[in-house]
Amino acid sequence: MIPAWSQLANLGAALAFILALKALSSPKTARLGNRIGAVGAIAAVAIVFFSESNLKHLPLILIAVAFGTIVGFVAAKKVQMTQMPQMVALFNGVGGGAAMAVSSIEFLKAGATDGFVALFATVFTVVIGSISFTGSIVTFLKLQELMTSRPVVLPLGRFITIGTALTTLVMSVYLMVFPEIWALWTLVALSLVMGILFVLPVGGADVPIVISLLNAFTGLSVAASGYVLDNVLLLVAGTLVGASGTLLTQLMAKAMGRPLTSTLFGAFTAKASTATASAVDRPVKSAGPTDIAIMLTYATKVIIVPGYGLAVAQAQQSLRELVDLLISKGVEVEYAIHPVAGRMPGHMNVLLAEADVPYEQLKEMDEINSEFSNASVAVVVGANDVVNPAARTDKSSPIFGMPILNADQAEQVVFMKRSMRPGFAGVENELLFNDKTTLLFGDAKDSLSKVVAAVKSM
Amino acid sequence: MSIEIALLTIFILSIFVGFEVVSKVSTILHTPLMSGANAIHGVILVGAIIVTGHAENNLELILGLVAIVLATINMVGGFVVTDRMLELFKSKKSTKAGDKK
Repeated sequence: MIPAWSQLANLGAALAFILALKALSSPKTARLGNRIGAVGAIAAVAIVFFSESNLKHLPLILIAVAFGTIVGFVAAKKVQMTQMPQMVALFNGVGGGAAMAVSSIEFLKAGATDGFVALFATVFTVVIGSISFTGSIVTFLKLQELMTSRPVVLPLGRFITIGTALTTLVMSVYLMVFPEIWALWTLVALSLVMGILFVLPVGGADVPIVISLLNAFTGLSVAASGYVLDNVLLLVAGTLVGASGTLLTQLMAKAMGRPLTSTLFGAFTAKASTATASAVDRPVKSAGPTDIAIMLTYATKVIIVPGYGLAVAQAQQSLRELVDLLISKGVEVEYAIHPVAGRMPGHMNVLLAEADVPYEQLKEMDEINSEFSNASVAVVVGANDVVNPAARTDKSSPIFGMPILNADQAEQVVFMKRSMRPGFAGVENELLFNDKTTLLFGDAKDSLSKVVAAVKSM
Repeated sequence: MSIEIALLTIFILSIFVGFEVVSKVSTILHTPLMSGANAIHGVILVGAIIVTGHAENNLELILGLVAIVLATINMVGGFVVTDRMLELFKSKKSTKAGDKK
């Protein structure tokens, strides 16, 4: 039996997690919140070494903890801020894998003796934990662009997925009725495959929502393994993450204007036709850095629309330099941040914060959308889908219904782009061919520093 | 109250708390919040240590040690990466004052 003092200490850790999530919801307290969570987690781990009687294999356990700590710490410290979404996905996946392994071991030990509800919880953890594990790895591969970020639709994909899902379900029931070890391993294998099939058809732009959903999944599987182990702390922590993660997933889906179902199953129904070849020869207006510099310097109000391409080019510093320069020349400048600018909601804020862009200049979509009509110039740097008017008008477009920034309402629009390649969602952008649009081709960092030099010389 | 009912009660109440605490989060913080929540479920490490400590054969031991490594990566990496993100949010306010000409 677990001693009372450690149960109380676990209560403390659970409270720490609640406070952490609460504090993470507000910019003022977020960092403190994260640290409270970390302290709670470390305390919970320290406690278990004293409260669990006769733990064997202690040296090996400590080595494993030390090894994991080093790997996790170094990975988290080294990762570039642009690559952070896939890092979070990976951290989430390994958590799901751990939950799955823990419940499997408990099953090997106890088998059916724990009773039906515990068996159900075991099956749940194994299935959901495995899906989260391989699903997150596929997410990582997509975001890291080690594989295509487009939806992957296998031939007969729908039938393979439905077939695997049904077999997984049958196997889950079988395991609950006949708790045999081979059935467990079969279920693990099936669920691992299920995780891959689940994420493959999701398009690149929707991947953040999937990360969040898998995060909630891992939370729930941790909660279920808490039930299996009779551990209240795991139950509470897992449930907290599961519930808050589910809500967060919904909030994100709402910010992107996509119902969750179309994110997850859209690719099954969509024809895998991305007709992009047709528009290649259409005329666009392009200009040099000096023209852009003149346009910006004589503007009264400029709105910057930064996108992921800006971060890829590591051009946030140059952008801030340009903005500072324009402000010193009396131009009013603001940043319009789309909720999903970057690769995840809030990602762009992190990336701009890294370049010391003042918080006050960042405007969220609802705040700034009415101001585009007063703006002389909207400068779109490395963004595309978030200003694509097709989202408003073209019902056949994959991004139809996504709220966009009204960059097309500005007097003039400047696009800084590397090429005419469509954005992450793989959709052609009509705004590029608009009369008031001027393109500046080239690497974002290079273009921006040229424009900065040109503005300086005026 | 039986242990099952007690656990069920805790489970249901936790769901409501989980919903409640993040209901007012601003879009800016979605990413750090996701990452922070992600770190919290790394506490599965506690479970991994318990089952590994009672492993009775090599299979259980190896699986357990793998679970420990994975869970630790989740927990440590999660909190550290979240802290890095949030550090950026803080640093900008102090640098704001200096750029008046």
